[in-house]
Amino acid sequence: MRTATRVLKYELHNVLRSKAVLVYTVLLFLLTDVLFRFGGDGARVVISLLNVVLLLVPLVSVVFGTMYVYAAREFTELLLAQPVSRGSLFAGLYLGLALPLAGAFLAGVGLPFAIHARPDAALWGPLAMLLTAGLLLTLVFTAVAMLLATRFDDRAKGLGGAILIWVACAVLYDGLILLLITMLRNYPLERPVLALTLLNPIDLGRVLLLLQFDTAALMGYTGAVFEKFFGTSTGRMAVLGVLLVQATVPLLLASRVFRRKDF
Amino acid sequence: MTTARLASRLVGGLLLAAPALAAQSSVVVDPAGPVRTVSEALGRVTPGGRITIRAGVYTEPVIRVAIPVTIIGDSGAVFTGGDHEIFLVTADNVTLRGLTLRGGEHSFMEDRAAVRFDSVANCVIEDSRLEGTFFGIYLARSRGCRVSRNVVRGSAAVEMTSGNAIHLFHSSDITIDGNRVAGHRDGIYLEFAERARVFDNESTDNLRYGLHFMFSHECEYGNNRFERNGAGVAVMYTRHVYMHGNTFGDNWGPSAYGLLLKEIRDSRIIGNIFRQNTVGIYLEGSARNEVLGNTFEGNGWAVRVLANAEGNTFAGNTFRRNAFDVATNSRSNVSTFRENYWDRYEGYDLDRDGYGDVPYHPVRLFSLLVAQNEPALILLRSFFVDMLDAAERVMPVLTPQLLQDERPLMREPA
Amino acid sequence: MTTTDTTAPAVEFRALSKRFGRLTALDAVDVRVARGRVTALVGPNGAGKSTLIKCLLGLVRPDEGEVVLDGTALDGGWEYRGGIGYMPQAPRFPDNLTGRELVEMLRDLRRGLAPADVELLEWFGASGALDRPVRVLSGGTRQKLNAAIAFLFRPHLLILDEPTAGLDPLASGVLKDKIRTVRDAGATVLLSSHLMAELEELAEDLVFLVDGTVRYAGHLAGLKERTGEPSLERAMAAVLRRGHA
Repeated sequence: MRTATRVLKYELHNVLRSKAVLVYTVLLFLLTDVLFRFGGDGARVVISLLNVVLLLVPLVSVVFGTMYVYAAREFTELLLAQPVSRGSLFAGLYLGLALPLAGAFLAGVGLPFAIHARPDAALWGPLAMLLTAGLLLTLVFTAVAMLLATRFDDRAKGLGGAILIWVACAVLYDGLILLLITMLRNYPLERPVLALTLLNPIDLGRVLLLLQFDTAALMGYTGAVFEKFFGTSTGRMAVLGVLLVQATVPLLLASRVFRRKDF
Repeated sequence: MTTARLASRLVGGLLLAAPALAAQSSVVVDPAGPVRTVSEALGRVTPGGRITIRAGVYTEPVIRVAIPVTIIGDSGAVFTGGDHEIFLVTADNVTLRGLTLRGGEHSFMEDRAAVRFDSVANCVIEDSRLEGTFFGIYLARSRGCRVSRNVVRGSAAVEMTSGNAIHLFHSSDITIDGNRVAGHRDGIYLEFAERARVFDNESTDNLRYGLHFMFSHECEYGNNRFERNGAGVAVMYTRHVYMHGNTFGDNWGPSAYGLLLKEIRDSRIIGNIFRQNTVGIYLEGSARNEVLGNTFEGNGWAVRVLANAEGNTFAGNTFRRNAFDVATNSRSNVSTFRENYWDRYEGYDLDRDGYGDVPYHPVRLFSLLVAQNEPALILLRSFFVDMLDAAERVMPVLTPQLLQDERPLMREPA
Repeated sequence: MTTTDTTAPAVEFRALSKRFGRLTALDAVDVRVARGRVTALVGPNGAGKSTLIKCLLGLVRPDEGEVVLDGTALDGGWEYRGGIGYMPQAPRFPDNLTGRELVEMLRDLRRGLAPADVELLEWFGASGALDRPVRVLSGGTRQKLNAAIAFLFRPHLLILDEPTAGLDPLASGVLKDKIRTVRDAGATVLLSSHLMAELEELAEDLVFLVDGTVRYAGHLAGLKERTGEPSLERAMAAVLRRGHA
């Protein structure tokens, strides 16, 4: 692990100085700031940010992440020629990618809240959930980026895969669920739909935020499944847990590929 | 000696089987005596007199108040009930004040109340505490009474074995104000109660309805709070209701409504706040109602209008952060929406008259999809659904085009 | 670190084979790299030179055979790389790190075991470039940095892949001097290059790979003798024509 933290230290130096991360931070900051200036109160800003977090964070994480890992390819080879284990180098690489992106997100969104939002106890829950969702989505989609860039030596394939996965998770997946629901409307679909939702990290992030804003609507659903699931803090914990699993699985796969790979 | 006095003394005497004493205009009941029970005191007091209850716990058979009298409890004067009612008032001009009434077994046979007023006029119950009673305060066939500043706390767990906190039946011109009721089946219940004035009450955490009335015309409800009730507030079969300045909040569930209007006609709902309800207002078979200047915030569905609701007007309301603004099961529309503020409105105001230049369509395609396929609700706020809604706004196919706000407000009304 | 068997060859490839899909990169390669000498690794593009080097560095896992270093076979461990200095062909360093941070990072990774050998940087006169981000450095300066990094930790085995590519003649000379110096101090050098003159100048031994097989391994002078050609270039061409040395 000491090697991992040494790698991480310099990766952080490098990534934090990259223009892309700076642009990302500034973009999020300006967006949030503008929402405050035009939209008014914190709760409304959180809602307006919902789709930004659910779309932009995964897109930047997976695309920037993939490009970053490819760009670091030769240097990774040089590092692997040093007396370090592949496992710790992998850990350093991932954290060196995920932490700056997560930090950029937290700073870009969090700072405007610190500046503009009036201290309001009712805001902390939604804001905390927004930041948590963004953080977890960053971890998930940087892990996916690691997997893609490690698995495919062909950069076009990896980058194409990144964009494909983003489009699938952000848009197509929900369309398919809706199609399924409409086509099979005579069947009890609550459980399958709930299960399908749990498979897509972007949907999970959305559900976390729904639990903050739209419990009133969710509780209106007569199928007891949603109500039982969403009505409890266990449901919320489960969603957070599944998101962590979704970050861990691609990361473990990527780590496995990385350890066995021929560079 | 009047007949009434004679009668009361007879009654008192019979009940207590005690020797009749000279009647007094003021009697003190004290656990240490000489008068130890209210029933005994009622036998001694002159009509229109006063009975003062000293601190202590009193367990008596039904206390029958059949003469006009004022009964005032000192702090700590507690009455316990059991398998019978505690006070049964059958005379006009009776005032109960500062009493604490505790306990009362539920009954499937009768609506057993802690305090029942039956066929009386000008009664008052105020500043009293009712804890864990079955029905709390019950007025039947009475008029001109006042129920003020009482606290009625139940511990209802099941609807079947719980009663209502304040219950009016066939009564008129009753004032219910400043009470705090919770933990019952219904908080405030009115049936055939006309010209009631219900003000400044808090009705929360009841199993079924915070407020429930039917066939209760010409009543006014102002500045009440109805929150966290199992099914919210439901009012039915009534004309000329006036509701203003009330808060309906946090009523969650598949059949919970901030305010359910069923067969309500010619009524006004003005300046109320509907916050965080599964459904803010639900209209069924209701007609010619005016819903003006209310705030709908953070509800699942702010307004739900069924096809059989006709000629209702929604104007000057504020719609903020609702999952759905308006839902309906009808393609045609017979309700009017005008000059409301909708936070989802994305139109413009070129002539700067404060009203948007393009109409707002508050019914989303997604709300129709959810109505037909409930599990689709899980896709709320998803990007795909937002795209669908945007497409439907550009080329409307499925949503009712008549249901629109021609002149949406650009800013929230002050 | 494993104990060094000074009587064994510095590196020994034993029946080393590696396939990438249908392509055979190495086919039963048996080669010994003598200790304390400069060995040239030559062959046409795609002959398997890089794969051989990567097997030695643990970047590529051979399908069959083994790599023996100082008498000990590699077993997937990583500690042995502490004794190796590697100068890759056309490396890309992180854009936003300075040369100094890069050097510090590598020293950190090696836990600062020995004082770094910065002689080469001084010879290059490139110390001034250390404080600027890598991204603004010229290709030549980057290559100087690349070379310096390989020598930084006083390795006893140096693997240099096209070391003088992109260097001006002056810097080339400096690097060659450095190679000779460390060789004289007892280090083993494995040198891959397309510049025959450079190889003739520096190398004592030569490994000639074609299509993943060894066509010649031995003294550099021996190849010229055996083919009767005057130059290394012609000698190699002759081997290619005949199919063997």
